[in-house]
Amino acid sequence: MIESIGRRSISAIEEVGRVGYFLRDMARGLRDVGTWGRLVIVQMRRIGVDSLPVALFIAAFTGVVLALQASYTFTGAVPLYFVGTLVGKTMMLELGPVLTGLALAGRVGASMAAELGTMKVTEQVDALETLAYDPQSYLVVPRVVAATFMFPVIVAFSIAVGIVTGWLTSLALLALSTPDFIKGLKLFYLFKDVWFGLLKSASFGFTIALVGCIVGLSTRGGAEGVGRSTTRAVVYSAILILVLDAFWAVVLL
Amino acid sequence: MIEFQDLYKAFGAKRVLEGFSLQVRDGETMVIIGYSGSGKSVALKHIVGLLHPDAGEVIVDGQAVSTLAPVGLTLVRESIGYVFQFAALFDSLSVADNVALGLRRRRLDEEEIEARVHEALALVDLSGTDERFPAELSGGMRKRVGIARAIALRPRYILYDEPTTGLDPVTSAVIDRLMVRTREHLGVTGVVVTHDMRSAYTVGDRIAMLYEGKVRQVSTVEEIQQTDDPVVRQFIEGRAE
Repeated sequence: MIESIGRRSISAIEEVGRVGYFLRDMARGLRDVGTWGRLVIVQMRRIGVDSLPVALFIAAFTGVVLALQASYTFTGAVPLYFVGTLVGKTMMLELGPVLTGLALAGRVGASMAAELGTMKVTEQVDALETLAYDPQSYLVVPRVVAATFMFPVIVAFSIAVGIVTGWLTSLALLALSTPDFIKGLKLFYLFKDVWFGLLKSASFGFTIALVGCIVGLSTRGGAEGVGRSTTRAVVYSAILILVLDAFWAVVLL
Repeated sequence: MIEFQDLYKAFGAKRVLEGFSLQVRDGETMVIIGYSGSGKSVALKHIVGLLHPDAGEVIVDGQAVSTLAPVGLTLVRESIGYVFQFAALFDSLSVADNVALGLRRRRLDEEEIEARVHEALALVDLSGTDERFPAELSGGMRKRVGIARAIALRPRYILYDEPTTGLDPVTSAVIDRLMVRTREHLGVTGVVVTHDMRSAYTVGDRIAMLYEGKVRQVSTVEEIQQTDDPVVRQFIEGRAE
């Protein structure tokens, strides 16, 4: 029992050390702008533009459900224009960033882990090195930079769509007028709500890409190994998103 | 010159190289033969710094590879072309872009890159495949693209990791002919890792047998064919006992 705890502790410390070395190598890779500069645009399209439909689909239905649940909760006790407040605040502070982050952990994180894992087991990563490329500059930095910058953009669109569908639902199903919805939306609005959500999204993007790259590049053992890496990337990313969500709430709210 | 000096490498409890020493002279093609899992590819990967030795050293042009800083290692890698066992082509890039990738790293202008890509593809009889993707190629064609990618760099050394494994006899002969042609055209020093004896006899100037982590015998092709060493004899004749 004690031996098992000791082994697990050592393994966890080693894992932290490996991540530390990975971050150091990534920082070194950042200096090679000539290599990652042109690749980051491709990744921004893949991570940003290609993820938009999924993110907006989720946001649209979240807005609808938020409006209906708010009205259900408020019935009789709270003025209905607070539906606008709840939809706006919740989308900006929590559901916009977190739901988008969790959805993209599946889409972006898994695809990165699978792609880099396949490259690793088929010796493409070794081939890059023999061609005198640093895999960090060529593979990791473009993905991490692109995800860090594109996640806030995707989340901004998601927040906007969630609020719009919440507003449309209020008009169609709750007999709430547009001026009342906007009154509620503005009621406790702070600019901090927006940047808090976007900062959180950037940290989610960074984390998802980093986890996808670390897990992908540590893949061993053929197709089965790639499958394991993909699952691990999604699970670790989802856990870290929730931990980061709590961290930012404690630190910034 | 490439020199393995008393190289040791283990993966966990499995000891792969145990005092492996070998000299590859400039201009020659050295073939390293040995059983599957005997550490041939492991030895090859030490030359380009993909693996680090537990003890001993690999010297390339007078430089100890494992002690080089990233810049020095990059310079050594720029003098070496590496042909991987399964070609290791980049799936998302066309044939031309695969061959051009190493040249782009060297910051050559696009005109020269294009010329070199065409020249390399012509040398491996793959002219006209520029726009195709690796998934559209046969195993033999992929290996030839891998060779084109290596020779396009005009390296001083080319390392071939199991170049004919998994290919039919005719395609294997084509790859052998390509390796010979590459040496004749470019005058490069080659290291070939294989257990295909027909290929070893065709392309090699000297053959070294790796056995139990070290060199069992290193000789010219003719000498190794006449060897009295029972272990080497059994291997080159492909006898079960």
